[in-house]
Amino acid sequence: MTITLFIPCFVDALFPCAGISMVQILEGLGHKVLCPEKISCCGQPPFNSGYWDEARTVAAPVLEQLKDAEAVVIGSGSCGAMVKKFYPELFASTPQAQLAKQISSRTWEFSDFLVGKLGITDLGAKFPHRVTFHDGCHGLRELGIKKSPRILLGHVQGLQLVEMSEAETCCGFGGTFAAKFPMISTAMGEVKCASAAETGAEYIVSNDSSCLMHLQGLLSRQGKPIKTIHLAEVLARQ
Amino acid sequence: MKNEETVLSEREKILARVREALKAPVPSPVSHGHVLPPAAAYPARQWLPKVGETFDDQLALFAKNAAELKADFQLLNSADEMCQALVRLRDTAGWRRVAGHSGDLTNAVCPALNLPLLRTDRAYDVHELEACDVGISECDALIAQTGSVLVTNRSAGGRALSVLPPHHVVLARREQLVADLPAAFELLQQKYAENYPSMISFITGPSRTGDIERILVLGAHGPKRLTIFCL
Amino acid sequence: MSTFAAQFLKHARVMSGDLRHRKIIRTALGNYEIARDQRQAAFQDWQGARQLAAVIKWEAVNHLDKYLEQFVAKLEARGTKVHWASTGDQAREIILQIVRDKKARSIIKSKAMTAEEIHLNDALEKAGLNVVENDLGEFIVQLRHEAPYHIVFPSMHLTRGEISELFQRELGSAPTNDPEELTMIARRVLRKKYLTADIGITGANFAIAETGMISITENEGNARLTAALPKTMVTLMGIEKVLPKLADLALFLPMLATMGTGQQITCYNTMYGGPRQPGESDGPEEWHIVLLDNHRTELLADAEQRDALHCIRCGACLNVCPIFRNVGGHTYGTTYSGPIGSVITPHLRGLQDWKHLSNASSLCGACTQTCPVKIDLHHHLLQNRRNAVKGKPAFFERLAYQAFGFVANRPALWSIAKKLGRLGQPLQKLVKGSALDPAKAWTQTRDLPPQPKESFKDWWTNRK
Repeated sequence: MTITLFIPCFVDALFPCAGISMVQILEGLGHKVLCPEKISCCGQPPFNSGYWDEARTVAAPVLEQLKDAEAVVIGSGSCGAMVKKFYPELFASTPQAQLAKQISSRTWEFSDFLVGKLGITDLGAKFPHRVTFHDGCHGLRELGIKKSPRILLGHVQGLQLVEMSEAETCCGFGGTFAAKFPMISTAMGEVKCASAAETGAEYIVSNDSSCLMHLQGLLSRQGKPIKTIHLAEVLARQ
Repeated sequence: MKNEETVLSEREKILARVREALKAPVPSPVSHGHVLPPAAAYPARQWLPKVGETFDDQLALFAKNAAELKADFQLLNSADEMCQALVRLRDTAGWRRVAGHSGDLTNAVCPALNLPLLRTDRAYDVHELEACDVGISECDALIAQTGSVLVTNRSAGGRALSVLPPHHVVLARREQLVADLPAAFELLQQKYAENYPSMISFITGPSRTGDIERILVLGAHGPKRLTIFCL
Repeated sequence: MSTFAAQFLKHARVMSGDLRHRKIIRTALGNYEIARDQRQAAFQDWQGARQLAAVIKWEAVNHLDKYLEQFVAKLEARGTKVHWASTGDQAREIILQIVRDKKARSIIKSKAMTAEEIHLNDALEKAGLNVVENDLGEFIVQLRHEAPYHIVFPSMHLTRGEISELFQRELGSAPTNDPEELTMIARRVLRKKYLTADIGITGANFAIAETGMISITENEGNARLTAALPKTMVTLMGIEKVLPKLADLALFLPMLATMGTGQQITCYNTMYGGPRQPGESDGPEEWHIVLLDNHRTELLADAEQRDALHCIRCGACLNVCPIFRNVGGHTYGTTYSGPIGSVITPHLRGLQDWKHLSNASSLCGACTQTCPVKIDLHHHLLQNRRNAVKGKPAFFERLAYQAFGFVANRPALWSIAKKLGRLGQPLQKLVKGSALDPAKAWTQTRDLPPQPKESFKDWWTNRK
C-alpha cells in the first residue's frame, strides 16, 4: 500500500532519526512511502492557543496535501490527534468539513497503524535494555492508544518493559503550556521522571517525541542517567 | 424582606433565562455522537455492584459490608436474645440514659434495659437527648449492597435520635433486608408514596471523617458506634 | 494580564517548587486512588454507570425549567419557603433577611460550596453574627481564615501538626498529634454550637423534582445535626442541582461517593422534603430554600459547554489533575478549583479575567477520563481559549502565529528557519537560561535538544 507519512515539524527539525526509522520500518514491510515536502506543521500550536483562524491557515494546505492519500501515518500521538480528532472540529461548517472528516478516517498514529491496521506485532528488532513506556496524553486519551506500542515492544528481543506507576500521567509538556507556565510544566516533568527512575529503566520510550523532548531536557539538565528514545527508533534497531 | 411581587418576578426572570438558554438544543447525551434511549430504559441496577442471588448471599453481603464499615452487626434468633444482647451492651458500655421511640421491636425489647427511656417520637428536650448514652431505633430497611440502614424520621424516632447520642443501636428484622439501592428506593415509594416523611436517611456505618491527613476517625459529629441487631 | 492571572502566576511559581506540598498531596491522594479504583471495579460496569449518569443529567439540565417548577411546587405544598436569587447579592440579602426576621445570633453551617461562591460567611459576620462551619475540614480552614483548599477535602493541605497548633492557638486545647484526639476536640467545641444555634445553613448535593426533596451527602453527621436541631433551616443551592426522580439517587449516591472519597456510599445520605410536618417530633419549624442562578443560566446558554452544569462536585477531576496536584487548590483563587473550576469560572466571573486558568493546562484529558458524569472538561478548556481569543486576541501572540503560518506554508522559508535555528544554537548556548535567552522560559529548567545538521526533510530529499 502507499503510505503518506506525516513527519511533525519538530521531528523534522530536531529528531530526524525517529522519522528515518519510520520510513525504514514501513519500507521494510514492503510499502511505498511518500513524505509530502510541503507539509511542515499540523497547526496544533495556534489551535491549542485558541487561534483557530491562524490554525486553519496552517492546516488547510495540509488537508490539500493529504487529499488523495490512501493512508496517512503520523509519527506522533499529539499531531495524530490533531489531524484525526481536531481537524473535523476545526473545519466544521467550512467548505473543507467533508474533506477533514474523510482524512480523519484514513489517519493513523504510527504504532496503531502497525498493529491495528497492518496487524504487525514483531518487527524483528533487538534492543537489549530495560525500558519504561510513557503514554503521551493525546495518543492515550484522544486516540485511545494504549496496547499497540506495548505489543510492539513486547516482541523486541532483549527488551524488558517495566511499567512506571505514573505511566498515564502527563509529562508536563503540553505545547505552549511548557513555555507559558514553565514552573508548573517542570514540576510535572519532575514527577514523571521520578516515576520513570523508580523502575530502574535505562530508557523512557514513547510514541511522542514532544513529550520526550521535554523529559530529556529535564533529565539532561539534572544530569540524570536515564535516556529517552522514540518507539520507532527502538523498533528499527536490528 | 422583598415583597411578594419582587420574589415572584425573580422566579419568573430566572425561569425566563432558563427557557431562553434552552432554545439552543444539545443532542443527548453530549458525548461524541452517541444517542441513547431515555434514561428510563436503563435501570441503574445493571451497572451497580453485584449482590448475591439468594437471601442468604445478601445477608452475608450485608454482614461483610457492616464489618468493613466498622458497624457491629448481630443476627439474633428471638426477641429474648435481642433483649439479652441489649442488656450485655448496656453493661459493657455502662449506659445510664437511653433514648428511643415507640415501635413493635423497641417496645418489646427496651423495657429489658430497666432504664428510663427518653421518647423522641413526641416532643422532647434536645439537651436531654444529648445527655443520653445511646439512641435505640427501628429502621425501614437494611441494604445488602452497601451495608446501609435506611431510616426515616417517621420510622426511627425523629431526625436527631439516630445521630445525636454517641451510640446508635438499630433493631431490625431479617425481612427488612433489601438487595440494593434501587430496591430501597422502590420500597420508599411503595411505603410512603405521596406522603413522604420529611427526612429519609441512609446510614452507612458510624459517623466518620478523614479530614485530618485522610486518616479515618470514627465519631466525627454523629455516633462513634453503630450496632445493628437483626431478628 | 488580569490581576487574577498575575496572582495565579505568582502563587503557581511558588507552589510548583514546594516539594513539601507536593508530597503531602501525593500521600493524601495515594490512598484515595486505591480506594476509588477498588470501588469502581466493584461496579458491574463503571462505563455504563457513567453513561447513564450523563444521560440523566442531560435530561435534567436540558429540561431545567420543567424540573425546577416541579421541585418547587412539591416543596411549597409541604410548607417550605422557596426563594429565587439571580445574583449572589440577592441570595445574601435573602438569607440576611431571614436571620433578621428570626432575630438570630448564632448560626451553624454545614459544608456548602455555593455559600463559598457567594461569600456568605463574610456577609453574615459583617452583620455581627456568629457563624460556625461544622464540617471538620471546613471548621479547620475557617479557624485559619482561609478558603477551602479542595471542594471535598477542605483541609487536605494541612498536617496534623499544623492542625494541632491551630487548635492550641484558637481553641486553647492541649497539643496532640493524634487525628482522633484532634477530631474529638472539634467535636466537643461544635456540640455546644449545635445545641444553641438559632439557624442551620446547609447546601444540597441533589434536588429531586419528582418528590420535592434535597439530598445531602456527608460522612460526619454534621449536616444531619444542622437539619435536625436549629429551629430554622436555610438551604442554599444552585439551580442546576435537579435530578428528575428520587430513584436516580440509587445511581448518583454511590457514584458521588466512589469518585469523591473512594467509598461505596458515604456515611449519611439524607433526603429532606420539608420542615417539621404535623405529627413529627423534631426538625426545623421553618425551612427556607434559596435557589441561586449567579450566572448559571449563562453557562446553560452555551450549548457547547452546557454539560459543565452536570457537575456533581465530586472533586475527582481535581484529584487526577497534574496541574492541581502541583499548584494546589488555593493558587486558583476561585471557589471551584481544578479542571471544573477552570472551565466554569470564566462563565461565572468573566472570561477575560479568568482565561488564564484555561491556558494553565497541558490538556492531558485525565479530568475528562475520570469525570463520572462525562463532562468534556479538557475540550471545554480549548473552547474557552478559542472564545477568549475571539473576544480579545493578544496582539503579539496572534502576530507570532500569523508569522508561523506564513513560514510553515512555504517549504523554502521553513527550511531557512530551520537553518537559522541551527546557526543560532551555539549563540543560544552562551546565554542559556539567562534574561537574554529567547528560549528562557524553556531553558531555565530544561536543556534544548541539539539540532542535528541534517533534518528529516534534508535526509528525504538527499536519498531520492
